[in-house]
Amino acid sequence: MANSNRPLSPHLQVYDMMQITAFMSILHRITGVVAGGGLLLLIWWLVALASGPEYYAYVMDIAGSWIGRLALLGLTWTVFYHFCNGLRHLYWDAGWGFEIPSVYRTGWMVVIGSAVLTVGTWVIAYAVGG
Amino acid sequence: MKRSTLNTPLKNVRGLGSAKDGTEHWWMQRVTAIALVPLVLAFVVLMIRLAGADYKTAAGIVGNPIVTGVLILLVVTVFWHLKLGIQIVIEDYVHAHASKLFLMFANTFGCWIGGLICILAILKIAFGG
Repeated sequence: MANSNRPLSPHLQVYDMMQITAFMSILHRITGVVAGGGLLLLIWWLVALASGPEYYAYVMDIAGSWIGRLALLGLTWTVFYHFCNGLRHLYWDAGWGFEIPSVYRTGWMVVIGSAVLTVGTWVIAYAVGG
Repeated sequence: MKRSTLNTPLKNVRGLGSAKDGTEHWWMQRVTAIALVPLVLAFVVLMIRLAGADYKTAAGIVGNPIVTGVLILLVVTVFWHLKLGIQIVIEDYVHAHASKLFLMFANTFGCWIGGLICILAILKIAFGG
């Protein structure tokens, strides 16, 4: 390097990734990729429904097993996190909320909001269909 | 305004940068994101309604023209949004030209094929009888 005094960009080994701001940022990308993988389940479900009653019942048995429900619960939160934090990004894109207290406040709103939406969805789903 | 080039500002605008599509990728990611807000909420309501439902009920509801339409809109928008998002992840982390090119192709083809399978399945449920 010609000039060793140049400022360094935040390096992963130096920068504290456990701050809510940095952690939520990478989590947005991770949840986006995982939710994309979850679309395989959407494909599977739609193909099952198009295939007829027998195969649909077979797929629903897997989805309804404890491991199926656990995976779907995780996917529900993944989608809701990306959904809520996506709204936060759109809020930023509109030019709002860049002050540090606001960034922290909307961050916590996303964390709490995604949890509430996930629990609410499953409580209502259990009440409706079991 | 003093310029250090003979290019006019119009030339810069028409050039659309090195990728030649200007802000289109960024903009369409936002457009599809906004479209997905009501579509995802509608999908969640559908999933709640179909919790524990048998085949006949599920096929009947998905075959309702409004539900069929919303599902097709969701599939098109979500795979479009996915394609744009995964493309950025590849561009950020994969720098070897061959792997990058391969993954870019796989991303594009995968999203088109995934979306197509979903739409064909939805249409079969709606019109297959």
